[in-house]
Amino acid sequence: MGVEVAVHDLTKSFGRQTIWGDVSLTLPPGEVSVLLGPSGTGKSVFLKSLIGLLKPDKGSIIIRDVDIARCSEGKLYETRKLFGVLFQDGALFGSMTLYDNIAFPLREHTKKSEREIKDIVMEKMDMVGLAGAEGKLPGEISGGMRKRAGLARALVLNPEIVLFDEPDSGLDPVRVAYLNQLIIDLNAQTDATFLIVTHDIGTARTVPDNLGMLFRRELVMFGPREVLLTSEEPVVKQFLNGRREGPIGMSEEKDAAQVAAEMAAVEAGQGSYVAGPKGGGGLGVPPQIQPSPGLPERKAAGRRKQRVLEMLHTLPAPAQKAIQDLLEQEEREEAEARGAVRSGPS
Amino acid sequence: MVSLSPIGGVRQSGRLFALFLDVGRMTFKRPFQAREFIQQSWFIASVTILPTMLVSIPFGAVIALELGTLARQIGAQSFTGAASVLAIIREASPIVCALLIAGAGGSAICADLGSRKIRDEIDAMEVLGISPVQRLVVPRVLACILVSVALNGLVCVVGVAGGYFFNVILQGGTPGAYLASFSALAQLPDLYTGEIKALIFGIIAGVVAAYKGLNVGGGPKGVGDAVNQSVVITFMLLFAVNFVITAVYFQVVPAKGS
Repeated sequence: MGVEVAVHDLTKSFGRQTIWGDVSLTLPPGEVSVLLGPSGTGKSVFLKSLIGLLKPDKGSIIIRDVDIARCSEGKLYETRKLFGVLFQDGALFGSMTLYDNIAFPLREHTKKSEREIKDIVMEKMDMVGLAGAEGKLPGEISGGMRKRAGLARALVLNPEIVLFDEPDSGLDPVRVAYLNQLIIDLNAQTDATFLIVTHDIGTARTVPDNLGMLFRRELVMFGPREVLLTSEEPVVKQFLNGRREGPIGMSEEKDAAQVAAEMAAVEAGQGSYVAGPKGGGGLGVPPQIQPSPGLPERKAAGRRKQRVLEMLHTLPAPAQKAIQDLLEQEEREEAEARGAVRSGPS
Repeated sequence: MVSLSPIGGVRQSGRLFALFLDVGRMTFKRPFQAREFIQQSWFIASVTILPTMLVSIPFGAVIALELGTLARQIGAQSFTGAASVLAIIREASPIVCALLIAGAGGSAICADLGSRKIRDEIDAMEVLGISPVQRLVVPRVLACILVSVALNGLVCVVGVAGGYFFNVILQGGTPGAYLASFSALAQLPDLYTGEIKALIFGIIAGVVAAYKGLNVGGGPKGVGDAVNQSVVITFMLLFAVNFVITAVYFQVVPAKGS
């Protein structure tokens, strides 16, 4: 089972500029969480703080009783071995072939023989669909391949926590869909804790168990995905619809009067009320992506169901309704599947 | 970016010094990155050897010409060789060495580490639980030291040979007198000091280049800025350190014949 990451009251600033303040959230073990936010809200900075590459000004990040924000360097290096990180451009070592890149963590941290290393590397390369590209240098392949190679390298030590920094940036929609499926499949296979930082709405709607959003130097919301997807909070709603009308402007913040006027127009049902070009389509709560056939069920899904049902009464009414609808739909499908099995071998 | 406020300057120097200490500590931490060390030594040697030779020939020649003329004016032709050897071994060779190791070797190291930094490679390495200082910086600094010490020897030989050529062949000096006076003024401690200087220059050039490379910010332009700053800072440090070592040397080692 994955590891819980508990972030409490985290604040980070560069000089006088606060990036975000008082961020508190808990990544439940084994679940997939997505952190959304407009460009330039410090999503990558948050990710880098989680792995201790940047020191936050205050607050704590507790992983297995170690506070990443304050522990010694030795402890930090030790704890980092729990992590696998996919950087934006893959961050492959330019002087090494893909094979050597993926084998690198194994050669540095384990005493495995070259034969064992080869088996593991080939398995991971196959998993991300890069079989046959072992000898290529990172400079010779496309951005999508670099990303997948970076993912293979992040997974090679069987991490308990996997962080993705904009896995969809620079990829075409089809590749994003494949990558999202891959993420869910990996989660089913490894049961590790996943955190995806992105501004892709399609990913945010269908991949995660939990959803959070950073805006205006704070965490606007974090919780089960149904909560954000049904939220009436103007920022969240605008972002998930990818439209212009709302508090988010071209340069981060808008004039308050203009926001009020736009919101009134939206309420009245005028203007470009429909989702923007990158809106990811549709309203409401779409069903989550399921692991590919043949893979085990996601263990986190069961735990999450339990957790969400326990906190159901604390959630806003639309989210409660969405969760109950999804549960009913699930039950119906299960019943149909049982029926199909019964009538199948006649 | 270099901050212009005094606090920023102090902080930069402090972090640079911290990297010095880290490099010192990590040098003795196993496993030693032998492969990287050899590759880097070869790389730095390959970018510095030819320019060093091309710089030392005219450098030796200028010294020989100046001294040859001066010696003739004061009627001490027989000491031309002695003086030019002394000048080259004591001062010219460490200075040429410093220029090349900072300008060619240091800038290449800084550009390499800087471009790795902006591609997140350094971060990725840290996340994989591997210290970039141990893995990348230590082998580079050691390679700088090795090549710098070797270069110093090269500059001595090429500089003295160049001086001989210009003095004897072009200015019509006597070969015998030139060679015979070789050891009249220079002594072995001069050569040792030259090598010690080269060693220290190698350390400084390597660490400053690595520091600037590892702290690049602001994309590709940042790498260019960092390389520029690294060369300028290294030059200033090397010339200052050179002065200090020379001053100490004269206090510690008595001049020949005194």
